[in-house]
Amino acid sequence: MSDTTDTPPKTTVSVQINGHAIEAQPGELVIEAAERAGVHIPRFCYHPRMRPVGMCRMCLVDIDAGGRGAMLQPSCMVPVSEGMVVDTESERTRKAQDGVLEFLLINHPLDCPVCDKGGECPLQDNTIAFGPGESRFVEEKRHYEKPIPISDLVFLDRERCILCDRCTRFAKEVAGDPLIHFQGRGARTEVNTFPDEPFSSYFSGNTVQICPVGALTSSSYRFKARPWDLTEVESTCTGCSVGCSVTLQSSRNRLLRSMGVDNDAVNWGWLCDRGRFGVEAVNSEARLSEPSVGGRPARWADALRKAAELIADAVRASGPIGVGVIGGARLTNESAYAWAKLAKSVIGTDNVDAQLGDGLPAQFVLGLPRATIAEACAPKGTIVLLGTDPKETLGVLFLRLRHAVVESGATLVEVGHGAGGMSKLAKHRFWSSPGGSLVDAARQALAVLPAGQPVTVVLGRSSVTEDPAVLAEAAMVFAEAGARFLPALSRGNVMGALDMGLAPGLLPGRVELEAGRSFFTSAWGSVPSGPGVDTAAMLQAAADGKLAVLVLLGANPLDDFPDRALVQRAFDRAAVIAVDTFANPSVATATVVLPAAAHGEVDGTTTNIEGRILPLHQGVTPPGTARPDWIIATELATRLGADLGFESAAQIWDEIEAVASSHAGLDRAVLDATRDGTIAAGLGGGARPAVVGMPTASPASQVPLDEASLRLVVRRKMYDGATGTANSTSLAGLPGDNDVRLHPLDFQGLSIQEGDLVTVVSDWGSISLPAFADPGVVRGTVTVLANVRGATVNHLLSSSNPVTDVRLEVSR
Amino acid sequence: MSRLTPQNEAIALEIISRYPRKKSALIPLLHLAQEQDGYVSDDAMRHLAELVEVTPAEVIGTCSFYEMFKREPVGTYLVNICTNIACQLLGAEELLHHAEHALGIKAGNTTSDGLFTIEDVECIAACTEAPCLTVNYRYFYKVDGGDFDAIVEDLRSGRQPTRKAAETGPDGHIPPHGTLALQRQHIPADRVAGNADPDSAPAPAWLEQP
Repeated sequence: MSDTTDTPPKTTVSVQINGHAIEAQPGELVIEAAERAGVHIPRFCYHPRMRPVGMCRMCLVDIDAGGRGAMLQPSCMVPVSEGMVVDTESERTRKAQDGVLEFLLINHPLDCPVCDKGGECPLQDNTIAFGPGESRFVEEKRHYEKPIPISDLVFLDRERCILCDRCTRFAKEVAGDPLIHFQGRGARTEVNTFPDEPFSSYFSGNTVQICPVGALTSSSYRFKARPWDLTEVESTCTGCSVGCSVTLQSSRNRLLRSMGVDNDAVNWGWLCDRGRFGVEAVNSEARLSEPSVGGRPARWADALRKAAELIADAVRASGPIGVGVIGGARLTNESAYAWAKLAKSVIGTDNVDAQLGDGLPAQFVLGLPRATIAEACAPKGTIVLLGTDPKETLGVLFLRLRHAVVESGATLVEVGHGAGGMSKLAKHRFWSSPGGSLVDAARQALAVLPAGQPVTVVLGRSSVTEDPAVLAEAAMVFAEAGARFLPALSRGNVMGALDMGLAPGLLPGRVELEAGRSFFTSAWGSVPSGPGVDTAAMLQAAADGKLAVLVLLGANPLDDFPDRALVQRAFDRAAVIAVDTFANPSVATATVVLPAAAHGEVDGTTTNIEGRILPLHQGVTPPGTARPDWIIATELATRLGADLGFESAAQIWDEIEAVASSHAGLDRAVLDATRDGTIAAGLGGGARPAVVGMPTASPASQVPLDEASLRLVVRRKMYDGATGTANSTSLAGLPGDNDVRLHPLDFQGLSIQEGDLVTVVSDWGSISLPAFADPGVVRGTVTVLANVRGATVNHLLSSSNPVTDVRLEVSR
Repeated sequence: MSRLTPQNEAIALEIISRYPRKKSALIPLLHLAQEQDGYVSDDAMRHLAELVEVTPAEVIGTCSFYEMFKREPVGTYLVNICTNIACQLLGAEELLHHAEHALGIKAGNTTSDGLFTIEDVECIAACTEAPCLTVNYRYFYKVDGGDFDAIVEDLRSGRQPTRKAAETGPDGHIPPHGTLALQRQHIPADRVAGNADPDSAPAPAWLEQP
């Protein structure tokens, strides 16, 4: 596997490829060196992001390494050596390629006309370029039942398989889920799962993408289109905040699939299944396609006028702070900026929050020294997982971190509230219960970190039941020791939304309200008179009648905010304006609904956890009259008597570059020049205001647990009730049921059987769930899952409490 | 059938302890599972996967590579009849045909009483004694139809074959399919070779890159 983070070696190796002298790097494989020199050697099993195995023999070329003279050797297994002579066009090479292909085709069914891979198939391409024109094989080919589902998402056709070991290597080496394996031997070797144990990996879609034949196909794309009918745009996945590079492929204005693109800085070509198959949601029948007012379809002009009236009335009644804006992590950077400008300048309210009470304070996150993914994954480095489980929330970051630990000797330390997807890889684990002891766990972890090595902390919100102040204090333990941070806030463009000022007390460019007051007053005309409040306080104000209008920017607080009762009270009193792509339960309560264009339907940029600006491109048109969020913002501004001053996403970017301290210098030419995206780390300069500085630690309150109670921990899974998952045909069936998990010793105390129903009772509500013993749960805590449809736990919670204690009642 | 019995699980744990890496014990454990049930059941493979901390798919990958691990029940006596060239020239096809008729099954199948399975196999390395067959891997040389009937008759009536299998010791005992040994290997804890950590051992010289 190519290790991209090594420092470039000082010496090179001189080799000759097809008569041309080139300089290769020591240890580089012949196939890689030839590729860089512009000589493509055909291959099936070799993949630059996995270890070579020399399985398919397609890359045999004449190699003369001195000594024994030229001979056929697999170029994916032979490192370059000084004076080596490689001939990829010799008569012997051609004969070998011809012969290997004839062998590979012996059992291949040649059903290309009905095969999804036809037209983009390496076996097809290599056969035409290097193979025999005719087969001499007249015997019966081997037959298997075809195709068989090996998971909900992937079908396997064993007749087409050429046993290249790519999918099985991916499952074992990259994903760490060896649920598919070679079985049998000789001519009867096949790839398969264990009986009744499906290939239920979060990353199974990658095997479909890297399969060099049509053996693995995805259930979602089967028989949908031919490659030559697809139009594609390069874009970025916004399913979470990792920012994987993708190509979006569509046919007849329908988005059909998303394929990973190898971005060396981010995803290495991989995608998680939630990102890959989540794009289907764009085509969902449940998409909002026309505006509505009071539940009835309306024209845009009427809906916008009504929305503007509601906002103007609220401002007249109680000033700008009578309006609150919740959400924005779904938006592009440009739309987030437009909405920030609308809210903070035109309306004048600072009650704006892109997070739904389940994240971390914006100033705190933006002030921490940031690491890149490559820095986090540096060989021999140290990675601390603080309150996060990347496998469940940031799938491809998990793949990168796993690679760092398994292949590059990084040390993993886990600090959190119980076992997660990376616990088995962790050298040290410090588990605690919510309520303050996380800080002690962080101090213990700091004490065991290897000295003198860079430390990267992947910082997430461990559990929505815990006061974020605890997490902040724990993070500062590492920050003060010089660690750098990757914020694991998982919503699509949450980092971009925060950068653009969709947070209370912030202005675009990671600038605090007071620091940027004079600069933005001249740039925008006006800024809010004082700092606003976060989502929890906005909802409270709405419930108290102090906030008359709530604008939901792609937010679904009823399901996502960790206090359902409060959301309900807020919605009962405030008028809701929803700008969204789907009719979720929160949108259903809205007075005015404005349909927005979704991912794949808009141009712009997005920002990942590193602060990397990545491009978004439009592949299809939005349904009905849905339009980009920034256009909705400009239209609303017009009706409020203001002009936001831009007419395209590109113009908005120009303005962002001109006013945002953190984005100074990142003009469109700079963005276009790099394929891997560009980190926004500009520190302003000139007249621009200073960006937020390193936060300081303030001790969080420790909340002791009384002996009769258990402390609630709420965890997230990859597949939950999220809108994108629920509206993607492939993913909708994948979320599991909710359950309650206890430490085995606590479980014993209940005297029940595994799977028996118990009622979890908090001071605010109760829910009945099956109970299981789980050694990965900390003693004295119970774990439930967040946002599982039909079993939501957010009515157990109250946003006003730093912890949630529950009792378990067993019905007998 | 089933997972390992508690007794066999204890043996499995002892076997695992002999290896520096748990999964290295997989093949001896597959033998143990086959000895218990006469074949390696899916449940047994799941159990082994738990014991050596790999996935069931990895266990079946190893198990299915080896012909002698049976993943479907076979008869108490597995009769392998060689039909390769040396045996064939001396009447192996006829012998197989006779066996199929005598037992009323085709090669690859098991008699309804669960006693006999016949397999048509490749060379079993006794060409000088062709035609030959094995019963639970015990050799019978220069076998004809009558010899076959006598062996089956003896085994069916609960006797050891009158005609002794080659190299089986004085009693010619043929234990049920799956039996590994009459005396189980047991290595006292104080005599186990020290397990060096393979990851901390120096890489062999031939692995060093030039």
